[in-house]
Amino acid sequence: MTAMTVQPPGNQPPVPAKAQAAIRTKELRKTYKSSRGDVDAVRGIDLDVPAGEFFGLLGPNGAGKSTTIGMLTTLVAPTGGAAWVAGHDVIREPVAVKRRIGVVTQNNTLDMQLTVAENLQFRSRFFGLPKGVAARRAEQLIDAFGLGDRKNAMASDLSGGQARRLMIARALVHQPDVLFLDEPTAGLDPQTRVNLWDILQVLHGQGQTILLTTHYMEEAEALCDRIAVVDHGQVLAEGSLDELLADAGAQTIVTVRYEEPVPDGLAERAGLAGRPGVTKVETDGEQLRVFSGDPEGLLGDLVNIGAANGLHVRDASQAKPSLESAFLSLTGREYRE
Amino acid sequence: MAITTHPAGIGAASGDDRQVASSIAALITDAPVPHPTLLKTFGAMMAREFRVLGRNAPSTFIRAVMQPLLFAFVFAYVLPKIGSGFGSAGGGGGAAGGVTFATILVPGLMGSMFLMQGMFGTTMPLVMEFSWQRTIEDRALAPVPISVLAVQKITAGAIQALIGAAIVFPVVYWVHAPGQGPHIAGVNWPLLIVVMIFASTMTASLGLLLGTVVDPRKIQMVFAVVLLPLTMLGCVYYPWSALHVIRWLQIVVLFNPMVYMTEGLRAALTPGLGHMALWAILVALVGGTVVFGALAVRTFRNRVVN
Repeated sequence: MTAMTVQPPGNQPPVPAKAQAAIRTKELRKTYKSSRGDVDAVRGIDLDVPAGEFFGLLGPNGAGKSTTIGMLTTLVAPTGGAAWVAGHDVIREPVAVKRRIGVVTQNNTLDMQLTVAENLQFRSRFFGLPKGVAARRAEQLIDAFGLGDRKNAMASDLSGGQARRLMIARALVHQPDVLFLDEPTAGLDPQTRVNLWDILQVLHGQGQTILLTTHYMEEAEALCDRIAVVDHGQVLAEGSLDELLADAGAQTIVTVRYEEPVPDGLAERAGLAGRPGVTKVETDGEQLRVFSGDPEGLLGDLVNIGAANGLHVRDASQAKPSLESAFLSLTGREYRE
Repeated sequence: MAITTHPAGIGAASGDDRQVASSIAALITDAPVPHPTLLKTFGAMMAREFRVLGRNAPSTFIRAVMQPLLFAFVFAYVLPKIGSGFGSAGGGGGAAGGVTFATILVPGLMGSMFLMQGMFGTTMPLVMEFSWQRTIEDRALAPVPISVLAVQKITAGAIQALIGAAIVFPVVYWVHAPGQGPHIAGVNWPLLIVVMIFASTMTASLGLLLGTVVDPRKIQMVFAVVLLPLTMLGCVYYPWSALHVIRWLQIVVLFNPMVYMTEGLRAALTPGLGHMALWAILVALVGGTVVFGALAVRTFRNRVVN
């Protein structure tokens, strides 16, 4: 990854970036009460995102990402904890927060009764730009986002990719301090997705603070300075991609599935845990999984160990260090998108 | 121009890419500084309503004109023509004796239009905005408290209600059998203005309240369970005083906010024909506006911020 944030090495005084944290949450919680029982959507999330950072919330669907972004953008009322965006309390000062944020929601919230240009003009005027300035800002956004030929089309007639571009353009109308994007590329074709990535990287290059949620690992890997891995309403791990991979002990993961159940104690007898580089060995039914920083020859050895104990190999795989292997190592579960 | 390597097939030429990148970068470096105030945002939201209203003008107009047109046609033209005796259908009340039904109908129809248009103007858009895409979030992110957004919605609905009620005048004046036109004299203009303002605001508040508490999928039911009884038992077709022959009904309809709208309009438009006590009308209209308005703002806020 190229655009890393300044990570102060241990012995240097920390950069005073904390004071201008763009986003900060403390024990942020949301419990939805319903007649069928309470649902804990977010169970105490702590985030600290400095200004200028491209931060990602990565997790499977239903992990609590959208609820978190909802609370940070004042559209969901927290049931516990606190959060500040651009220095303002989201519960006590929602208007001050709304002035400083741009939000691209997951659902298409364009004003379907208005044209593309009107969507941008009226949003500009909602933020207090005079009519003439609003019209010029709309033109500028339409050109930059390549919507020139759709300018007078009704918002309801746009394709998925065009609608998403217009929503990002609309979120930038008032030069927000923080740009929130909830699953911005979900449901888009690969080409459109890459185009959006380019746009977001240019914005980030200009110093735009961005918080993005995604359930696509490659999206978080490609874009984000720092990533928080979220599941079941909690942050499982947080850091730069490299830190996450290192912390999770996510070296290469070698998995072998045999035809027969792995006998108890096989891994110990074979001395797998004692091999150089191995950090973790898991046995699960017919499956043997080894996490190792030095996977050279490991796969062949697992096959041989099995053969020596009367096990036949059904299939085998070797996962390179990635967010996916990190997630697997953090949760013990395969990543479900 | 430097040639950069670029995967074949992706995007346009590199020069174009750089242009796009610089124009996107300019969105941040070259951005106007916004200074939102509550008033500017409110004004912009109203401007947005008028833009949409203007775009839908033909359908809005047809919706607003059909009801009074058909009512006037049937009650002031067809029925008097076939001699059903509807022309003096006031019972023993103040409407008896040479008063055309159109005269009674004008305030009644206006009241009915307030209700229809006020509710259509707020409830229906709201149902769309709260449905699966929740487009309401667009407006909810504007830099004002959610309650201001609620007040803006009431204002927009009230304006539609006023337009709808105003359409009644020309329609009833033109559509009637010979000699069956309305006789409106001695209009109390200040009272008319007060009644119209509160009637429109109250119906729009009621519309916002219903739009926020009712499940969008059951909105059809609202019209059957709320709109229809409010109208039929809202002293639209008969003055409240005429109900004295059915005493229990006269008391029951006092719970219908519509009654105070139509009676208020009677007091302003046809003061000579008898109407409910003015103080009762004004207390109910002002009180109803405040209560329904406050309730609607509350339920709206709870619905937007969940």
